[in-house]
Amino acid sequence: MKARRTLLTAFLAIRRNPLRSLLTTFGIVIGVAAVIAMMEIGNGSSSAIAKSFESMGANTIMVMPASTTNSGISQGTGSSMKLSPGDCDAIIKECPAVAAAAPVVRGRAQIIYGGKNWSPSYIYGSTPDFLKVREWSELEEGECFTDKDVMNSNKVCLLGKTIANELFEGESAIGKEIRVKNVTFRVVGVLKKKGANMMGMDQDDVLLVPWTTLKYRVSGSKLSTSASESSSSSTNSLSSIYPDASSLYPEKSSTQSADTLLFVRFANVDEITVAAKSQEDVSEAIKEIKGVLRERHRIKNGNEDDFSIRDMAEIIRTLSATTGLIKNLLLCVAMISLFVGGVGIMNIMLVSVTERTREIGLRMAVGARSSDILRQFLTEAVTLCLVGGAIGITLGHGSSYLVNFVLNWPVETSPGAIIAAILVSTGVGVIFGFYPAWKASKLDPIEALRYE
Amino acid sequence: MKLIELRDICKTYYMGEITVPVLKGISLEVERGEMIALMGASGSGKSTLMNILGCLDRPSSGEFWFDGEEISKISNDARARIRNRKIGFVFQNFNLLARTSALDNVIMPLSYTADHLNEREMRKRGIDALRRLGLEDRMHHEPAKLSGGQQQRVAIARALVNKPPVIFADEPTGNLDSHTSDEVLRLFQELNEKEGMTIILVTHSEEVASHAKRSIHIHDGQILAGAFTHLKEVERGVA
Repeated sequence: MKARRTLLTAFLAIRRNPLRSLLTTFGIVIGVAAVIAMMEIGNGSSSAIAKSFESMGANTIMVMPASTTNSGISQGTGSSMKLSPGDCDAIIKECPAVAAAAPVVRGRAQIIYGGKNWSPSYIYGSTPDFLKVREWSELEEGECFTDKDVMNSNKVCLLGKTIANELFEGESAIGKEIRVKNVTFRVVGVLKKKGANMMGMDQDDVLLVPWTTLKYRVSGSKLSTSASESSSSSTNSLSSIYPDASSLYPEKSSTQSADTLLFVRFANVDEITVAAKSQEDVSEAIKEIKGVLRERHRIKNGNEDDFSIRDMAEIIRTLSATTGLIKNLLLCVAMISLFVGGVGIMNIMLVSVTERTREIGLRMAVGARSSDILRQFLTEAVTLCLVGGAIGITLGHGSSYLVNFVLNWPVETSPGAIIAAILVSTGVGVIFGFYPAWKASKLDPIEALRYE
Repeated sequence: MKLIELRDICKTYYMGEITVPVLKGISLEVERGEMIALMGASGSGKSTLMNILGCLDRPSSGEFWFDGEEISKISNDARARIRNRKIGFVFQNFNLLARTSALDNVIMPLSYTADHLNEREMRKRGIDALRRLGLEDRMHHEPAKLSGGQQQRVAIARALVNKPPVIFADEPTGNLDSHTSDEVLRLFQELNEKEGMTIILVTHSEEVASHAKRSIHIHDGQILAGAFTHLKEVERGVA
């Protein structure tokens, strides 16, 4: 019996009782529609959730120098000075999983404006990319300092919303000058309010300046301790980092050099903050960064890293556990509804086999083998399920878009769910159609023909 | 060559401890192109014999030669194949598929044969068969919209569609009034005379049997008369 004829016969049989066929497939229709709608809405929400986690920093990676030991006394994390802005450039250039990276220099100081003063929780020296890494590119007013400002270590700054409120109390901060440890900074922009971070710290209590300015113009405790370390990357000009930049200090004559004890300044940074392309890329990005830094720092195989990399692994794990849980729950619901739908199909197929006993007898009398009968009823069940599945996919897709349109929930088309729905409805048809089909094929033609 | 030859066919049913012999050593012959009535009261074993002849059932013992093959012990699938290719069935209650057009009813057996027929050829064969029975204008009607006589003619068209050498008609006029009965029986006669088709009518009515050239009478699992063609005249003489 040819496949086309089998299919045609199945369609004829289904068409003979259209209302019943429709009601039979209803279980499958509803099951599949529910799966598709839930998957699309669920995927939409979980990517929306993922996005908001990303803005909280779930895809940021922090690269810190490792600890050093001085005469047997550990100096704590970050005491080594091996991390350079060059490392940051290399990470951007050589790691495809990295979206942005910025060097960070930290400081702690009091800011003074007019008669007011304030000690911000964070003073960061960085590059404009810092805002990209933190997903903070929108400014309340003004604009960010530029790479040129970084190169020239210009005295410009961005204020967090909290500082702006404390020092300027409602008036515009743009163009005003504030003092940090006797260095005057011009305010070029105010950051948008971001609120507390996951540890409850106010993220808006921040002063952001070019890292070169913080490192070389603002004297800080870091700088005086650094002087005791000897490092090959010592410099007193920026020429090795930014070749085009002007030199910070006038050239010294040889006499001056001989007479003056030189403050050695280092081009090390306290941290490199990196944004991976997405949460899934975080572990890949970490691997890549590790490779790049080990190579740049010439660390032999088997030796320990001279840096440490931290990410928001805990947050990511929680997030993926949550979305995983939701997805599994949806899958359970889907399985249950499809199972119920399948039982409905089986029930009706059994009724149909009993009802069509004479037809089966007749078909056998005119030459159908039991395998023909088996195939015919199986095809009928699978066709019913597939038609139900197709209606369900359309219905589910339509309703998820209706939800998107009316409630404005984010939805995301999921081709995987559609393929799964088709496979599952075929599977349901085969599994639940098999017993009735087998029963039909085992009928005795003589008995079947005589059946009333 | 004989189309059908039975040699000492027995059929016994087993119901738990009890054995019920239904056919007790039946031997008969049917030549090609014969029109035969198989007669007997209910319970005589007539239906069982009919089922065996129609390859629906297997005899318990004995030989069954059909079209030159011994088929008493072949598999179910092989018997299905013989039913499909060599036998046409016509039933008392027509047995048409409800809510299915006359044409689809007629070509239904072809879907179990047609390894070499495509859809168009199948429909052409179906239309030819319907035309032969004067129903070509009704081929898209469903059985419910046809009269009893027309329904039985659709059933006959279905039996003819695979061009079998023999047609078994089980009480073909049982559900028809006398006028249409006559029509249907004349149709069988025509098929027999004009196209040389072998026809076996199963009936309990003398009236129907009178259309056949030979009657096989069965009683209590044994043949009373008419088993062999050449004995026909002799038996008549004796009776």
